[in-house]
Amino acid sequence: MAGHDGVMILAEQKNGRIHPVTHELLHRGRQLADALHTELSCVVIGAGRDDLQELIYRGADRVYLLNPGTMSFFLAGPVAGALTRLIREERPAVVVAAATTSGRTVVPLAAARLETGLTADCTELSIEPESKLLLQTRPAIGGNVMATIKTPFSRPQMATVRPHSMPPAPRDTSRHGEIIEKSYPILSGPEKFLGFIKDETQEVNLQEADVVVTGGRGMKSPAGFKLVEELAGVLGAGVGATRAVVELGWAPYSHQIGLSGKTVAPKVYIAAGVSGQIQHLAGMQTAEYIVAINEDPEAMIFKVADLGLVGDALQIVPRLTAEVKKLKEAR
Amino acid sequence: MHIVVLVKQVPATDNVRLDPEKGIMIRGAKDNIINPLDENAVAEAVRIKALLPEATVTALAMGPEAAREVLREAAARGADRGVLLSGRAYAGADTIATSRALAAAIKKLSPVDLVLAGERATDGETGQTGPMVAARLDMPVVTYVRKVDWQDGVLQVERIVEDGYEQVEVTPPALLTVVKDINKPRPPSLKRRLKALKMEVPVWGPEDLALAANELGLKGSPTRVVKVFSPRLVRQTRMFGENETTSAIDELLRQLTARNVV
Repeated sequence: MAGHDGVMILAEQKNGRIHPVTHELLHRGRQLADALHTELSCVVIGAGRDDLQELIYRGADRVYLLNPGTMSFFLAGPVAGALTRLIREERPAVVVAAATTSGRTVVPLAAARLETGLTADCTELSIEPESKLLLQTRPAIGGNVMATIKTPFSRPQMATVRPHSMPPAPRDTSRHGEIIEKSYPILSGPEKFLGFIKDETQEVNLQEADVVVTGGRGMKSPAGFKLVEELAGVLGAGVGATRAVVELGWAPYSHQIGLSGKTVAPKVYIAAGVSGQIQHLAGMQTAEYIVAINEDPEAMIFKVADLGLVGDALQIVPRLTAEVKKLKEAR
Repeated sequence: MHIVVLVKQVPATDNVRLDPEKGIMIRGAKDNIINPLDENAVAEAVRIKALLPEATVTALAMGPEAAREVLREAAARGADRGVLLSGRAYAGADTIATSRALAAAIKKLSPVDLVLAGERATDGETGQTGPMVAARLDMPVVTYVRKVDWQDGVLQVERIVEDGYEQVEVTPPALLTVVKDINKPRPPSLKRRLKALKMEVPVWGPEDLALAANELGLKGSPTRVVKVFSPRLVRQTRMFGENETTSAIDELLRQLTARNVV
């Protein structure tokens, strides 16, 4: 595997701009590159030139801008094609992308074409000192175990990492780096992007929110679930729902947290009237600080909570909303 | 129109409880089920089939002999036949080796117009196998699909992303991975279940796929699991009883302030 060197990250993009999760990737990428005494590059596909210097300030030694203006980040096929081609040319040892709906689609396509190993949804990446191999750690079986995975025999070693599993890279405006533009002939596939519809029920993006307030069946009714939305409102938090609540129709599927929904890792997670089935815990147990409100002191949710409130969520949640309001007004 | 649905047998996790000390799942050996999102994939295949005359649905699984059961489950739910990739050579496969086997099987089943699969399986939770199969078949892939419209030979597809929905048009052959939102699968009738029990399920080994043993299973897998350990699952919970709500709320406000989120 001689001849493979360097760490490459794939910039996450939204509407032609660099998405902030890219700065988390740069943080990880910089640490890995330093451990390997090598360079960090960042691949931007299709975006404009506006945000590129920022990537250098955040740790990139080299930025590749592929097909500016002629390709959108939306279609996985062409994006994966361009990424695969760049990897073949530049031969990095490690490639890291965000475990988002785009990263989790583009990177497997590239890995299969390159016949190399890929580990999904890592929460930790490091370099094994003796072997210099990438150690990729991820939750498995609904978050009940952690597994560390290596890619010993093929290159590059590829991984997607969970958003919010690392703080953004610090900004250093004295850093220097190079920006390289490349345009590949685009193989337009049989896919066509038609449009984007914003999820109006999500005032705050669940997976980017610092705080998530989730309601479970213990909220008793659609009116009870409204109390959860009100608390989220005053906190500027994302609104989460358990599978049971989505099945009852109190919240749309886009709010579902758990194995068959979204995974979140906010700074504070408040679970109100949530019993804590494994299916749900899998989607939230890596949150920094977990608060559980439930009338059953034996509820599983308390096992993963930092702060447990035994009592009726229908009473406690509105009280909390009022207290947060008061606190904000006092400032 | 030939639709192939990828189905996987997974351990049942739904009603499982956690061992609070060890942080592991408590479950019996017999609790294996069809991966829940694959149920949605089967239901969607059967729905599309109903729109198109002469369409057929083949369910394809890789796994131990016992995985026949998920193919029978798929048949009970309306699939016309099932094929199982099974044998020692397949064991220990990661997503690269799994997708190689599945793609070879789909080629053998050709012509195939549409491949459907659950977005991820509840055991591995990688969501990688679908896109990797698509790459190997040179098919366009749309992931996280929550809506499919079949219009004059073109698929209008809606996928769910972090902050909304993307609409994409693809011309078959294509591979789609689906999320739970796409439909509400109904459990099959007893009669259909009994009929599916009698279905013959052919088993294809590596020789049927013209793949060498070192392309499959652990030998064909570029990744290696080197360590498995328990996460920090049990936290130091500060519990407040029913009469202590006021102090609990104070503590929560203190935490929110300290964490700079309010």
